[in-house]
Amino acid sequence: MIRVVLPAQLRALACGGAEVVLPDGVEATQRGVIDSLEATYPALRGTIRDPQTGRRRPFLRFYADEADVSHEDPDGPLPPAIASGREPFIVLGAIAGG
Amino acid sequence: MSRVRVLVGTAKGAFILSADGARRDWSVAGPHFGGWEVYHVKGSPADPERLYASQSKGWFGQVIQRSDDGGATWEPIGNQFTYEGTPGTHQFYDGTPRPWSFTRVWHFEPAHTDADVVFAGVEDAALFRSDDAGATWRELSGLREQDTGAAWSPGAGGMCLHTILLDPAGAAPQLVAVSAAGVFRSDDGGGAWRPANHGLHSEYLPSPDAEVGHCVHHLAVHPDRPQVIFMQKHWDVMRSDDGGGSWREVSGDLPSDFGFVVEVHAHEPDTVYVIPITSDSEHYPPGGCLRVYRSRSGGNEWEPLGSGLPQRDCYVNVLRDALALDRLEPCGLYFGTTGGTVYTSADEGASWRPILANLPRVLSVEVQTLP
Repeated sequence: MIRVVLPAQLRALACGGAEVVLPDGVEATQRGVIDSLEATYPALRGTIRDPQTGRRRPFLRFYADEADVSHEDPDGPLPPAIASGREPFIVLGAIAGG
Repeated sequence: MSRVRVLVGTAKGAFILSADGARRDWSVAGPHFGGWEVYHVKGSPADPERLYASQSKGWFGQVIQRSDDGGATWEPIGNQFTYEGTPGTHQFYDGTPRPWSFTRVWHFEPAHTDADVVFAGVEDAALFRSDDAGATWRELSGLREQDTGAAWSPGAGGMCLHTILLDPAGAAPQLVAVSAAGVFRSDDGGGAWRPANHGLHSEYLPSPDAEVGHCVHHLAVHPDRPQVIFMQKHWDVMRSDDGGGSWREVSGDLPSDFGFVVEVHAHEPDTVYVIPITSDSEHYPPGGCLRVYRSRSGGNEWEPLGSGLPQRDCYVNVLRDALALDRLEPCGLYFGTTGGTVYTSADEGASWRPILANLPRVLSVEVQTLP
């Protein structure tokens, strides 16, 4: 069971919750998580990854078990705490203010 | 009694303002898509309960929303805008080649007779068509691929296709405008396109009368007279009497011929409205005095309309898609400012009052005249 925390701006596109739980059997990689997230909530397609390049949008970060994995191999394994559901995979928007 | 529904896109969401035909008492719904930029909201003439909204944000890209109940509920629909073939390059601000890349939808133009057909103008400039009410989109690539495409370059707001005028049947695009490339015309339903900028003169171009490169801000046409097109260019208010074949200046006695909006009266094809802005470096009304200008002679002679509008210390702008007219009698006008106020006139511009203030920066205003 993989859990994903979404930024506030995307929650309405995923039925409103801050955290979503992906179906069983999801591959515990960045690509596996985002593929499953988009399949479960099609309205999120294009919002986390650029639909043309398939790359993470530059103002978003991926955190896993207290580490920034944004620049890690999207097909590399995520930490065991993410795979087991003990910790959520966090999609975070870069802060903006001023 | 007829009623009106005003669709307002802002930098932080969309708002829907509704009133009966008297246009005095307004109800406000929103923000829809709070926190997101909504560049445009537009209703289908074929099914006025069907609305399209362009929701985007630099962090998260483009989301397209559709409502089939007049904006009460919304559903995310197709947001895949893929250029046909290998897109090639256009010019960047510094003249270097830059690959075409989709950023956002600036403008929707639903067909007038088929509720499932809608066109979208996007940045980087291209024209897309949907035949399934926005579920899927395909590029009408003849526009981008015609001979001049590689020479187009962006205006300050990005290289956007912001205006789509449909053919007299309301079925297919016939004229589009791109900042900063100019006007393009198709006579085969959007397949093949050619520049339609003869007569435009832009001092900021190395060749001021160039075939393309003109920063056209907006176009307007009256449906009863489709060959007569009005244009607000970066500088100059222009008119064409031959469907864009040639243009002549009709700025006349305006206090400034810089501006963004231009629209035509719903019932009088020779009555035109603009909102002059001081200059390309001072995006606010001349003298801090907000006035709509009306010509009843198709240009050149303009009268100021400021009753009810701030006549001092006003330093807002009115963006290119932020003026709209209803089809009631007398014709009503609506515009939104970058200061977050939406103004209305129920008497053809003679007097104005705010519907709503303190909104985010208003990006677009459209109005539906409903039975």
